[in-house]
Parts: sequence; C-alpha cells; structure tokens
Amino acid sequence: MDRRSLLKVGGLLGGALGAGKLLDIEALANPTADRVASLPVLDRVKIEPGEDVLIRMQRELVRAMNKPIEHRRWGMVIDTRKCVGCHSCNVGCIMENKLPPGVVYRPVIDLEVGKYPNVGRKFLPRPCMQCDNPPCVPVCPVKATWKRADGVVVIDYNLCIGCRYCITACPYQARTFDFGQNWASNAASGQDGGLALETGRKYEQEPSFEYGTNWHRGEGVIPKSPVGNARKCTFCVHRLEHRQLPMCVTTCIGRATLFGDLNDQGTLVSQQVIRNNAVSLKAELGTAPKVIYLI
Amino acid sequence: MAVSSLGTTSRKRLLWVLWVLAAIIGGLGFYERLVHGDRAADFSSYVPWGLWVAAYIYFSGLSAGTFLVAAATYVFRIRVLDPVCRLSLLIAAVTLPMGLLMIGFDLGHLERAYLVFVRPQFHSMMAWMVWLYTAYLILLFSMLWFSMKSVQPGRNPAAVTSDLATLRVLGLIGIPLVIGFAGGVGALFATVAAREYWHSSLFPIFFLVGALTSGMAFLTAVVSWLWPSRDAAWKDLITLLGRTVLVLVLIEFILEWAEFSIPSWYQIGSTYDLIRYVLFGPYWYVFWLVHLLAGVLVPVLLLAKTRSPGIIGLSAALVAVTFFAVRLNLVIPGLITPELRGLEQAYSDPIGNRLTFGYMPSWFEWQLLLGVIAFGVALWFVGTRLFPRVFPSSSQSSEVGL
Repeated sequence: MDRRSLLKVGGLLGGALGAGKLLDIEALANPTADRVASLPVLDRVKIEPGEDVLIRMQRELVRAMNKPIEHRRWGMVIDTRKCVGCHSCNVGCIMENKLPPGVVYRPVIDLEVGKYPNVGRKFLPRPCMQCDNPPCVPVCPVKATWKRADGVVVIDYNLCIGCRYCITACPYQARTFDFGQNWASNAASGQDGGLALETGRKYEQEPSFEYGTNWHRGEGVIPKSPVGNARKCTFCVHRLEHRQLPMCVTTCIGRATLFGDLNDQGTLVSQQVIRNNAVSLKAELGTAPKVIYLI
Repeated sequence: MAVSSLGTTSRKRLLWVLWVLAAIIGGLGFYERLVHGDRAADFSSYVPWGLWVAAYIYFSGLSAGTFLVAAATYVFRIRVLDPVCRLSLLIAAVTLPMGLLMIGFDLGHLERAYLVFVRPQFHSMMAWMVWLYTAYLILLFSMLWFSMKSVQPGRNPAAVTSDLATLRVLGLIGIPLVIGFAGGVGALFATVAAREYWHSSLFPIFFLVGALTSGMAFLTAVVSWLWPSRDAAWKDLITLLGRTVLVLVLIEFILEWAEFSIPSWYQIGSTYDLIRYVLFGPYWYVFWLVHLLAGVLVPVLLLAKTRSPGIIGLSAALVAVTFFAVRLNLVIPGLITPELRGLEQAYSDPIGNRLTFGYMPSWFEWQLLLGVIAFGVALWFVGTRLFPRVFPSSSQSSEVGL
C-alpha cells in the first residue's frame, strides 16, 4: 500500500469521533435494521501482502457489517506478546465513551514478576469478554442486559435498576458502577487548578455515544442514566455501526488488539483464535469468552 | 414504687430522645441518599455490596425467623407458643419493611424497581426474591390482621374459630414461602459461580437456620424485656424460648464449622484464603470478638447455665444483635479479592476510590442504617398502638404453662 492510501485510510479512521455526531444515531442495543454501507475509500486501497492489520480489519469489518446481524459474531484477539503496557487502549476507551472516574471498561493489568535482577512485566488488557455464555445476563432481575444476535453483551441503561448483581456475577470483573462522580470534583489545585477544573467541567458536558444514543449523565433524586447503572465495554457497537473499529483497536500502538467477525473464516481474528498459543481467561467456568489472548 | 415509676419515666424520656436523635441523623442520611445517590458510601465497583446488603439480609432474616414461630404455632397448634404468636407476627411485620427499605436505598434506580414485575427474568434469583417478598408481605399482613381480630374482646367463639382456621391455612402457605425466601436469599449469593466464597450449597441452609436463630433470639429478648406480666407462666415461656435459642445457636455453629473447616482443612485453595481473611484479616475482631465471643460463647454458656429471665433475655439479645456480624461476614469477604490478579492496581479512581478492593462502611452508610432502625422503632410504636393485644393480658398469659 502506498503512502497516499495509508493517509486516506488513516484520515478515515481518525475521523471516527466526528462521524458519530454527524450521523443520525439510534439506540443499538437491539438494532432492527442493518444499514447498507461501504467505505469507498477502501475500494481504492489495494489488498497487498503485509498490509497494516488495521486496513485488513477495516475491510473485514465492512464485509461483516453488510451481513445480517445474526450472521456476525464479533471477537477480539489480544496478543500479550505485542502489548507494551502503554494503556492507550484504556485511554482511548475512556475518551470514546466519556467515562467518569470509577468507571472503566478496559483496564490494563500490569504485573511485575520475579526478583531483582531477574524481573519482568506482564500486561493484560481486560475488556469485557463478551462471553457466549455470559453469567452476568441471567442474574439481572429486569432483563436489562442481554447478548445480542452478534454476540455482544449489552446493557439497556434505561432499564437497569442499579442492583449491581451483574457486577458480582462477572468472573472477570468487567462491569463497573456509575456512582455519578465527575472529574471536576477534587480537581487538582495550585497553579493548574483552574485549568483542571475547566477541563473537567467541559468533559462532564460531553455526551457519551454508547449504543448510538446521546447520554448526558446527571445525578439527582432520579439520576440520569447511566448514573446509577452498571456499565461495561460494548466492543464499541456504536462505532461498528459506522464501520469504525472499536476505539481500543485503533489506538493500540503495537497492533496487539485485533478485532473481527469470528463467523467469517477469512478474518484475521478467525485465523488467530485457532493458534496453539490462543487461550481464554477462566475457560474452566464455561463462559466461552469471545476475547482470546495470544500468549 | 415511686422511685421505680420515676425511673421508668426517665428511661422512657431517654429512649424518646435517642429515637429523635436517630431519626434526625437517619433523616439527613435519607436526604443525602436521595439527592446525591450512593456517592458518600464506601462500597465500590469491585466491592459492590456492603453494609446495606448485609443489613437487608439481617432484617429479612429476623422477619423470616419470627414469622416461622408464629406460622408453626398456628399450623401445628403449639399451645405453649400461643401467647407469642401475635408478637412474632408484629416483629416480622416491622423488620421486613426495614430490610426492604435498606435494599431499596441500595438500588441505583429505585424508581425502576417496579420493572421486576413488568419485565420478569425467571432465571434471576433476585427477581424471585422480589416476588417472594411481595407474596410474603401480603400474607404476613393478612395473618397479622386475622390474628389481632381473633383476640378482639367480645368476638364470638364461632368467628374466633373461623379466624384461627384462616390463620392455619395462611400459616400453611406461609411456611414453605418463608423457607423459600429465607433460603432463597442464601441462594441469591450461592448461585453466583464467580464468587467462590459464596458458591456453596450450604449457603441457603445456613441462611435459613440463621434466620430462625436470629429471629427466635430477637423474639426471646423482646419477651424477656417487654412482657407485661412477670408471672410463672412468663418464666416458663422464657425458659423454653431460651432453650430453643441455645439449640439453634449450636446448630448454626455446626453449619458454620462445616462452612469454614471444609475449604480450610488442607490449607489450599482460594476459599481458604478468603476464610483466612475472615479469621485473621483486618476485621478479625468481627468474627472472634463480636460473633464468636459475644454471639456464641457467652450466650451459649449463659443460656446453658441460667434460668433467670433477665439473663436469658440478655443472652438472646446478644445473639440477635451480634448476628449482624455473621451477615457482614457472609457478604463482604466474597467480594474483597480481585478475580484477576493485579486488577486492583490496573486502574484507579482518584475521585471516589471506587476501584479498590478495600471496604469499610462509611459514616453515611451507618447513618442510613440508623435511620432504618429509627423507622423500624416508629413502625413498632405504631403497630403496638394499632394492635394493643400484641401482648396477651395477664389472665391469658397465666393460662399457658409448660
């Protein structure tokens, strides 16, 4: 792929956030119709051996999105050997979903092992595993959380009663509770205090586009969702709908996070999950995660 | 006599002052909860349930335990427990709303609680609990109503017989219902496979026996302290109740021994680590001092040795109050270890510390619990005035003997 093509696709991927605002978005917790879509820019990028995996995954994403939802099965592969522990996936996720303090979808576990001088570090990004057999779903007393036809486990913020039973039931602790906190409270004091406060307040007012809806949080006698709700990683279903890869995939500097349709045998992720070194976390529980780690 | 009546008056005044204080402090807590949600609570995303959930299972257990005493008395015609029937029902009717209020405040969106009926999820143990509580609430208040009607002065014997027959039928329905929800609360925790500390078949049984133990102990303490007549029949009744509490505490202890010793025997496994946390972790005193010493050893020794109604009442109160420690030790330890090693340091929350595995109930949480207790006392006050025949008159009381 030549440099011009790369720039074109890069621009397309980078404009992801803005696109969400331009398009008429709707709740995606249960998408009823699939949009016909193509990314003309991709047609002008030739498929070449050794091309950037982001371009390949982008192409595979468009292909998958043109199938009916029940024929897709989203999966993620995280290559721990490539992860450098930069946390940019987590930061990207926080910015994309406008996460408040205390809510996190993709923390990166950073373990130090060994004894000096024989020491090492291990990194394990931990998004929602999007289990095929999700233990968080049947515990919900009001059916506010379920597995979509494409395998993504979602929460309807307008139904969740905030009992936190699902949080206890997740063996990966991938769900967190929105306590209504904001970055502006307890903002840094001193020289940059004013700036920190102003930035925090601006951030608070930014909507989150999760599930394709504009969420404006707020506390009160009846809190404005998602305050008072359980929250979790959604594989950025709102971005997928606009043919954009999940934010953590695009911000990974080492191409350690791969994403695609596990039902399509030609996708990068389908080729990776059958490798000898592919493992899932706590496989013995029978949750059948769709996030697979290469170790 | 004059001195004693003066003492009673000052004691009453003191209790009133304490109640008003509790109501004010608790009321402020209610306000904080309604306006700012759970922000002042110390529970978090990683320890999502805390003091309020423990209080909820404690109060609902008290209700289940005392209800079972009344229902069994009506169904199996246990004549000796007849005088405490209505009292048991009233205690059950007071403690259940306390538990429900506590868990209601724990919800992030209380205003959506009705969805449990509109969008039922039949797999969810929590949904089952809500439905069972609702059925139980209706049944309990019906039984309370009929039981009070049955002792109304001037009620003709035929009507009384009919009341008792109705109570027997309601009691018959109530017993499996209450066994279902008392054990069901245990199942709510035990069915969560992700939490090894909870995931035990013994949990529902433990909860059921716990409900009976704490309920019976609470009832015994109330009978000991508030019974109007202090005659021989009352002494016999207290002795019987005290002995029952003793047996129940011992059964509970055997279950606890099983629950703790089996996973710890070979000192390996993750449940063993959690049990070590309960026994020797930062809150070791909750188990050793509050539960084992004050809630088991001292009451067992006293109940085995004494026949003094006052001491029996004190021992039973110790069992009932310290049982809260058992509830805390059932809920919290299941949540205090990361499911994935290193998660505790992966990402932090500098604002509210919500991504931590440490938990210590905040003042706000205690404040709300105090408010719920004040609410319960108010309910009790209203209940005893609505139904003055909760305690039998001395003539009725002395008819009953062992």
